[in-house]
Amino acid sequence: MFTFLHKYASLMHFYRLSTRWSSVLALVTAVLMAWGLYGGLVTAPADYQQGDSFRIIYIHVPSAWMSLFVYMCMAGAGAVALIWRIKLAEIWLRASAPLGASFTFLALVTGAIWGKPMWGTWWVWDARLTSELILLFLYLGIMALDNAIEDRRTAARAAAVLTLIGVVNIPIIHYSVEWWSTLHQGPTVTKFDAPSIHVDMLIPLLVMAIAFTTFYLAAVLARVRSGILAYDRNTSWVRELVGGARGNAHG
Amino acid sequence: MAEFLAMGGYGGYVWSAYGIAALVLGTNALLAHRAERAVLRELARDLDGDDDDATA
Amino acid sequence: MTVARVFSAVVRRELRRAARSQSEALYPLIFFVLAVVLYPFALGPDPTLLAAVAGGVVWVAALLAASLSLDTLFRNDYADGSLELVVLSGAPLAVVALAKAAAHWLLSGLPILLLAVPLALALELGAQTLVILLASLALGSASMSLVGTAVSALTVGLRGGGMLLAMLILPLYIPLLIFGAAATANAALGLGAAAELYFLAGLLVLAITLTPWATAAALRIRMG
Repeated sequence: MFTFLHKYASLMHFYRLSTRWSSVLALVTAVLMAWGLYGGLVTAPADYQQGDSFRIIYIHVPSAWMSLFVYMCMAGAGAVALIWRIKLAEIWLRASAPLGASFTFLALVTGAIWGKPMWGTWWVWDARLTSELILLFLYLGIMALDNAIEDRRTAARAAAVLTLIGVVNIPIIHYSVEWWSTLHQGPTVTKFDAPSIHVDMLIPLLVMAIAFTTFYLAAVLARVRSGILAYDRNTSWVRELVGGARGNAHG
Repeated sequence: MAEFLAMGGYGGYVWSAYGIAALVLGTNALLAHRAERAVLRELARDLDGDDDDATA
Repeated sequence: MTVARVFSAVVRRELRRAARSQSEALYPLIFFVLAVVLYPFALGPDPTLLAAVAGGVVWVAALLAASLSLDTLFRNDYADGSLELVVLSGAPLAVVALAKAAAHWLLSGLPILLLAVPLALALELGAQTLVILLASLALGSASMSLVGTAVSALTVGLRGGGMLLAMLILPLYIPLLIFGAAATANAALGLGAAAELYFLAGLLVLAITLTPWATAAALRIRMG
């Protein structure tokens, strides 16, 4: 099995395969987004209490899920990078950070926009939103550290350590923020809890979640390819690839 | 159609949320694509430089 | 060298260095006092208000002062090349990490505990509450030193240095802040603070167990 996996860890091999995967993923993303958006904006019935404003959920919740999913991917890649020194894992981690940060940002902004019609204020120190805010700081920190170190490989491994420190902290942060939230707001239901969700409302949500995931994969693969070219710039396969591309441009 | 855009009075909120999402995701896709092309171009330029160094 | 000898050697070296360049050790403490003192100017001298915010104010100032003092933890060793030597020498880095954190606590956490007494009293904090505040700070500042040592090792010698370090460490400090401030607030209301103190103790145990390895990994990555 390790030879099978090692083939994929080979940068050249991964580069070639990922180009194919990316096109498929982009197509799948487009289809799923269309389906999810139609379901969320048109088919799903308006919420009894919140009216049509609840439709923001179809952006907010998938973003929040992705913000955590991407971080877990980064933590996994970081562990692989540190333990086995696999270059692909290093590249994957660095490529994922801006995407994860974007999802976190999106979750926060849509959370605030949703909050205004719901509770009249642009921000509440709700446990989940506050945890997302701290997650954004973790992402920004990883990106800042990665950016501050010159050598690509050192930067990736340092970022990996920081990511893993963060991943241990995430449950601690989550729990302590919930504690803090109930302390100051009393034992009310967390404001983003939907009581029970109608299936017509649920399906577009799941579709959008998968669409966001395939989007992340398509985008991260594009970034990973850039990273692979940079890592392997002096190898013959890259020179061939680039030479061929240049030849096509000139010829 | 107007009803769809109005979103029961919440149109401003809903559409700005979806709009920002489109912006964020679109920018990410664009930057990822651009980064790939930029690296290829930079490496091509390096290759050109190497060829110039070769003795005639 | 045995673990104990490495540990005490590192701690003694840090203390000696602090004794030599006292300013480096003092500045974060002066900052701590300043940071606390700013609040009455901002909020007004009303005793009830000050008493209500005192715990949180002292805690936030302690966090900020800790993140400032962490910057110099590895900086001098990095600058004179001794850090690289230590890493390459095969010394037990986890022990070195623990020793550095202990030294940091002695030079930063402990003085903050002592300074917190007159400051908290100036902010109209009651004596009972003060005891809980000190207990929470004692536990929390130890965790701060431990986690801070790991992040400091990651950022040693980088441009952006101190600010980058602060930016990375403060989100990680938030759970400590939550429980520390909550403990103090509870005590001020006459409620029990045992749960919060237990959590701080638990976080400290976790920090002692995990952070030395993180620091060691960080040092190897940056200096290897």
